Amino acid sequence: MLSNFGNSLIVVNILITLSIIYSVVFCISNEKQTIPKKIWNFSLYQSTISITIFFTLIAGFIISDFSLVTVFQNSHTLKPLFYKISGTWGNHEGSLLLWINIMIIFSYLFLIYNKNSNKNYLFYTLVIQNILIIGFLLFLFINSNPFSLIFPTPKEGMGLNPILQDPALAIHPPLLYVGFVGSSIYFSAGTASLLSGYNGKEFAKSIKPWILVSWIFQTLGILTGSIWAYYELGWGGFWFWDPVENASLMPWFVMTALMHSVIVLEKRNTLYPWVIILCLLTFILSVTGTFLVRSGVLNSVHTFANDPSRGLYILVFLSLMVFSSLIIFFYKYQKYSYNFNANSKETFILVNNWFMAFFLVTILIGTTYPIFIEVIKKINISVGPPFYNILIIPIIIPFLIFMTFGPKAKWIKNKFSSFKSLTLLVIAATFLNILISNFFKSYSILSNIVITSSIFLILNSVLDLVKIFKKKRSFDFPRIISHLGFGFLVLFIGISHNFSIEKDFNIKIGETKLFKSYEINFESLETETRKNYKAVVGHFNIKNLSNLNEENARPEIRIYNNPETLTYEAFIKSKLTHDIYITMSNINRSEYYNIKFQKKPFMLWIWFSVLMISFGGFLRLIKNEK
Amino acid sequence: MLTKKVKNRMFFLGLFLTILIIAVFLILKTLNNNLLYFKTPTDVKENKELSVKRVMRLGGMVKKNSIQTSEKEIKFVVTDFKNEIFVTYSGSVPNLFLEGKGVIVEGKLNDKRYFIASRILAKHDENYMPPELKKALDKNVK
Repeated sequence: MLSNFGNSLIVVNILITLSIIYSVVFCISNEKQTIPKKIWNFSLYQSTISITIFFTLIAGFIISDFSLVTVFQNSHTLKPLFYKISGTWGNHEGSLLLWINIMIIFSYLFLIYNKNSNKNYLFYTLVIQNILIIGFLLFLFINSNPFSLIFPTPKEGMGLNPILQDPALAIHPPLLYVGFVGSSIYFSAGTASLLSGYNGKEFAKSIKPWILVSWIFQTLGILTGSIWAYYELGWGGFWFWDPVENASLMPWFVMTALMHSVIVLEKRNTLYPWVIILCLLTFILSVTGTFLVRSGVLNSVHTFANDPSRGLYILVFLSLMVFSSLIIFFYKYQKYSYNFNANSKETFILVNNWFMAFFLVTILIGTTYPIFIEVIKKINISVGPPFYNILIIPIIIPFLIFMTFGPKAKWIKNKFSSFKSLTLLVIAATFLNILISNFFKSYSILSNIVITSSIFLILNSVLDLVKIFKKKRSFDFPRIISHLGFGFLVLFIGISHNFSIEKDFNIKIGETKLFKSYEINFESLETETRKNYKAVVGHFNIKNLSNLNEENARPEIRIYNNPETLTYEAFIKSKLTHDIYITMSNINRSEYYNIKFQKKPFMLWIWFSVLMISFGGFLRLIKNEK
Repeated sequence: MLTKKVKNRMFFLGLFLTILIIAVFLILKTLNNNLLYFKTPTDVKENKELSVKRVMRLGGMVKKNSIQTSEKEIKFVVTDFKNEIFVTYSGSVPNLFLEGKGVIVEGKLNDKRYFIASRILAKHDENYMPPELKKALDKNVK
């Protein structure tokens, strides 16, 4: 029943999307400068129906309608309601439906917010956005239909992978998708701007809020993904340079670059072709990321269920998108003159873009190189995490320094004036860094320089904040918050990376282990039966011998029934200054339990810094609206 | 004489090219140093030029009844049904590390029969098998 309902709604939506394209194309040739009523109506129907389709699928998950293959494969009657719902977008078909929903809603919102701008520009944007929507709707309907039937109807579903049954991972896909898919609207707008010749400041103003929105959500999406990896994967790390993570980071770099250079276009009416390239590149990278992850071309530790036929479709779609947008770009390309002074805000923003390009290229090469080698030489390789660390960490240093100077530069022509105060800041930053490394009793030159330069940025941003509050001038406030957040992020990652304590050992019940200033006692083991899994809970007592603090830790091994899986649930005690992190695992039911103990300083602050970065973007969005 | 505009442009171009060359050079050099080759036990046996210094990945099945746990480390045998390699590892293991299941370990060869692992790669799905491992194993079973 749900299947027929859902399928017919998809068909209706394909038809509506086609009618939108048809009626808008008709309007472009027409000279009238108003938006016809029917376009409004069609867009409204399109959004309503696509939301209805999504809720139909959610209903399928809630009532456990196992006649739908997607529900059968990813749900189970005994699963908690919350995870039944989040299971809707926890699989390929459902997440594609979410993807399309966001595209359609963004298209409608763009129409609402830009109803007063240039009509041709608006119409071209709608046409291109709806062509993209058609592409994905057909993909959904033909290849990844969430309403496919299974016969005979199974009695019970296969269940959702237990490590996906998690609150962070329930909100992670929607957040990330608003970022990923949000970029489709400025892909369309960028192409439309080329086609309609609507460029310059007004164009920059019309796309800026969309860039901000997608950037904010992309940042939050990456954050929730990292938090999830941190506590669920049980390794205590939050970033592994895994292809899946890289796929989300690459568009983020382009978005960040775009967010900065669109300011140049808005204020100085230059860099137009570059902004367009970035607009196109963001969505192209988003789709590429999806292609790499979903098709199984890339080998990832996260591994989604994958299927080569999906890959082929996305690849064809992607190439069509890339080639047609490139053809439009070169066909419409005009020579623009640039006259930059080397010492001006424009240059510094370009410098930001160079850094972003460097990070992007590094990650792109690291992620895709194994694919090329496999095709050419037929050998399997992978690129180890040190590749990224060696290339990115040192470059962070000049990046942080430019982040400090750059925003202070003036448009057109700049003069550096306050060398004295900057020298003072450098001295202060170095001093604080020495204090930190002294406190943790650990030393490495590179990390010290990184930490010093991040403190430099932080001090500078704080001084800027003070100035703002004195002068009551608030324009730069969002920028400072984001930059300050980034400074904190580098600082706290640096500290937690260099000064965490980690110890792996095998232990039997009743034994005590001594290392550094810690004493860990494995007291007992208990088995508990919970809602949809059994838990083997280890009781540990951790004593810090330097200050005699005691702590009880309860890491778990969980045994899920549907599907039958074992997961290790880390015990994490988060405090303002540090996290205590313990995972317990058992190998082959031997009497030894493997314990991984970690003390990681300032983990909470890493999450907080990322929140702060995106909060800056949010503030800018609100300021822009006013 | 060059005008100021031209000078300005040359400055940008020069700066850009220098940075570009340095960046590309750095990326390629680091990439080369950090490639992890994936080998099966048979590859290890047949390949004479394998360096013992280089970190690599070894893939295969964990042999049945081969896991031994002690206070310090765990030992097990990785097999591709043709050849076997002993692996020692100390540290925590991913939840899907089981006898008779596929595994990928990262580390260094001690000699041709003996591998010291620094990491066992985690997988999320018990039915999932890395493509390279699947290919290699299918070949041997036939």
